[in-house]
Amino acid sequence: MAAPTGYRPWRMLALLAALIIGLTGWALWPGQSHTPRLGLDLRGGTQVILDPAPITEGAEINQEQVEQSVEIIRQRVNGTGVNESEVSVQGSGNDAVIVVSVPGDNSERENIVNVVGRTALLDFRPVATILNPAPLDAKAAAAEAKKQAEAAPAAKKATAKSGKGNKNSASGNARLPSAKDPQTTASPSPAPTAEAAPADDADQGAQIVQADSDSPAFQKEVLALDCTLEKNQSGGTPDDPAKWLGTCDRDGAAKFILEPAFIKGTEIATAQAAIPQQSAGGWVVTLGFNSEGASKLAEVSKKLSAQAPPTDQFAIVLDGVVVSAPSFNEPILGGQAQIEGNFTAEEAQDLANVLKFGALPLTLDVQSVESISPTLGNDQLRAGILAGVLGLILVVMYLLFYYRALGIVACLSLVIAGWMSYCLFVVLGNTIGFTLTLAGIAGAIVSIGITADSFVVYFERVRDEIRDGKSLVRAVDEGWVRARRTMLAADFVSILAAVVLYFLSVGNVRGFAFSLGLTTAVDIIVAFWFTRPVVTLLAKSKFMQNGGSLTGMSTKRLGVESMAGTRREPSSRKKRPTTVGSGANARGITGPGTEV
Amino acid sequence: MGLRDTAQGLYNGTVSYNFVGNRKRWYIISGVILTVTMAALVLRPLNMGIEFRGGAEFQVPVSQCTIEEGRTVTQGVIGGTAPIVTQLGDGQLRIQTEEVTPAQGDQITKALGSACQVTAVDIKIQLIGPTWGADVSKKALQGLIVFLILVSIFLAVYFEWRMAVAALIALAHDLIITIGVYALVGFEVTPATAIGVLTILGFSLYDTVVVFDKVKENTRGILGQSRQTYSEAANLAVNQTLVRSINTSIVALLPVGAILFVGAGLLGAGTLKDLALALFVGMAAGAYSSICVATPILVQMKNREPEVQALERRVMSRRKKPDADADIGDGIDGEPVGAATNPLATRTVAESGVRNQPKRQPRSQRKS
Repeated sequence: MAAPTGYRPWRMLALLAALIIGLTGWALWPGQSHTPRLGLDLRGGTQVILDPAPITEGAEINQEQVEQSVEIIRQRVNGTGVNESEVSVQGSGNDAVIVVSVPGDNSERENIVNVVGRTALLDFRPVATILNPAPLDAKAAAAEAKKQAEAAPAAKKATAKSGKGNKNSASGNARLPSAKDPQTTASPSPAPTAEAAPADDADQGAQIVQADSDSPAFQKEVLALDCTLEKNQSGGTPDDPAKWLGTCDRDGAAKFILEPAFIKGTEIATAQAAIPQQSAGGWVVTLGFNSEGASKLAEVSKKLSAQAPPTDQFAIVLDGVVVSAPSFNEPILGGQAQIEGNFTAEEAQDLANVLKFGALPLTLDVQSVESISPTLGNDQLRAGILAGVLGLILVVMYLLFYYRALGIVACLSLVIAGWMSYCLFVVLGNTIGFTLTLAGIAGAIVSIGITADSFVVYFERVRDEIRDGKSLVRAVDEGWVRARRTMLAADFVSILAAVVLYFLSVGNVRGFAFSLGLTTAVDIIVAFWFTRPVVTLLAKSKFMQNGGSLTGMSTKRLGVESMAGTRREPSSRKKRPTTVGSGANARGITGPGTEV
Repeated sequence: MGLRDTAQGLYNGTVSYNFVGNRKRWYIISGVILTVTMAALVLRPLNMGIEFRGGAEFQVPVSQCTIEEGRTVTQGVIGGTAPIVTQLGDGQLRIQTEEVTPAQGDQITKALGSACQVTAVDIKIQLIGPTWGADVSKKALQGLIVFLILVSIFLAVYFEWRMAVAALIALAHDLIITIGVYALVGFEVTPATAIGVLTILGFSLYDTVVVFDKVKENTRGILGQSRQTYSEAANLAVNQTLVRSINTSIVALLPVGAILFVGAGLLGAGTLKDLALALFVGMAAGAYSSICVATPILVQMKNREPEVQALERRVMSRRKKPDADADIGDGIDGEPVGAATNPLATRTVAESGVRNQPKRQPRSQRKS
């Protein structure tokens, strides 16, 4: 009674078992989450969607800029002290949006919304002083301030002196041996001794100090600044380029007092990581400036290169914090500079990206803010699960009622499909960060219908074949061949919809599309590797062959005499198939024309 | 027993509903529904949610606040036009305002928190910029167009271009009805609604694909014989898939009904309810259109083809031959028959005399 095609049902079932065991193992492997990652609408939290736009009208946004924005936003969000935040890009080019997701109780909601939307600017500032990152208490601050008071004029003097000489320097690619690691100049002792907490705790973003001049008050404030706090290293507070600036560096390794900016980021024309041909040194970052930038650079580099450390350094300030502080080796007159400093390829690329971003900063418009409390999220999750369970029970009941024994196969198929989808959600959550939202759950519930439909199509086909007078085994086999084609065509349309929606839409729609596509793919696997082999095996059983009323293929219901196949009985006109078309029955064509 | 006889009869063709032949009836029904829904769309624009038009929404957990208090507090912060305040099914207060800045949003939240004695962070906020909704809609529309182009190509390759056209007409039919129902009833259109509509897209086509697959199968090699017209074969296919269509629709609507029940009953408003409403209307329309709209349109287009017309003439002339046997009635057992002959009967305009056609068994049966 084996199927004529040499079909081996057990092999398919073994394949499926292997797949399920593999997926289950992957999903339940210890040391990771065993539940799907839930979206903010299910666990509570705040989501901010930002639309990056170039600061100058009409400019094109490139992927690097967007990624740099994401990096800046990530720094800012981490600075607010929240955990598990996520910053991601959806879409690309001018259509890209940045999605900031912060799960939790929304206690930092206000901060986050305020901090992420600020435009990050880049400028170059001459370094006046480099200090230890930790704040100084009042006494030490006073002492330090005194020292500073002495140092400051000295620095000024140096500036003045350098103004005269040094016209003799080389043009072109002057080298700037980098003090990219400010630890060489400032000995960090991150001992947060003082409780010199920031004056305004509610202040968002990194704390920076700005003043019109290098006044004692300004210096005192800078001294109190605590650069060991992550918040103060995270940026988010744009600095006024015309003012003096006291701020931290990104690593919290030093604190800087900086003069007003001499070059704005927009005056940078190009920035690239490269390995220079002549030198044996490693990676460098080459910089090109526009004419305005070049002339300012020439002027300032002439001044600074003549000074003693640290005042021969300039700070690259992005988003209010110091990214790097190289020193001038020599005046740079041609508008072409090069930053050296034993960079690795990655470090050089990072710095180049920062500089490129500075050349054309993006404004970040807050497009939408959504915030939901964990309680409400939990309610929604429960409602989603309840709807799913209820829907499943209803479908199972209907399938059992209508298809009896085959209904059990269908229900088992649904259970397997459900478990595989769950495992996939967990695995994808752990690997590519897929989050399950309420829309995603809805997609999964809807797909219960699509999955069940595969069985309906298949079972109805089998019944049709039996009505055509085929034996059960043959009907199961040939019914499959026809049902398969229909199922694949219909599922293909669903998957096509899912893929297109996933790639072309934003927000909720994406989660829905992903889950719809995934569950439809699972449906195909289950139909091929479970439903068909099990039905094939069942068809060979005595129980099904008898055609009892519990089989769902009962001879009575289908109006045939036996499951043995009635094809060759010439008298059974009722069950005879015709040869017209395939499957079309002649009786309908030739019957009396009674109107229905 | 009635059910199983019907199912059996539907397949054999002994029980048959003349979907193709009665197409005018379906067209009129569809036409009326479409006219009503489109008129509704014109006269009563869709109630777009704040996600599309921009604005802010605050949802205060169950509290002592009345609608009035919610309104006064909110207006106290932003002034301007009075916000829309509604009490949700489960006692939550929903306040919708025009667009506010994030800072104003914070102020409102705090004011509502202290007025209603709830923690400010427990208030659900949604602030949507004016361009964001346009962005979302634009992208959804782009996705829709790309999908339609791709799916048309697929259908045209897998079936034929006429089937692609018929399927798309049925799809448009379903979408217009669904959207029109929203306009008619005044439900709010949210992104969840959009998701629901997009799902209908898949479902409507899925349904049509299943029916057309059977039509394709029934009409394979149909031009090489002269016993059955295209309309008859197509109508038989619709009838043969009718049980499946009904089962599928039930199976698909059960979970949607569950979502609707849970979403509307337990949560008041939100993603689940919006989604389920759109799905419910759309799926019902989809099941109807794949049977009563898509196939008749396909047949109508096919009937313009010279070969199909030639086939029909052959079938007709063959049936007119007066050699109908005496055993016509045998095996029919007085069952009503429609599939095959009725379409012809209703197409008397084109084919006069069809009504009186003699009946004749197919060769296979005659020989026996």
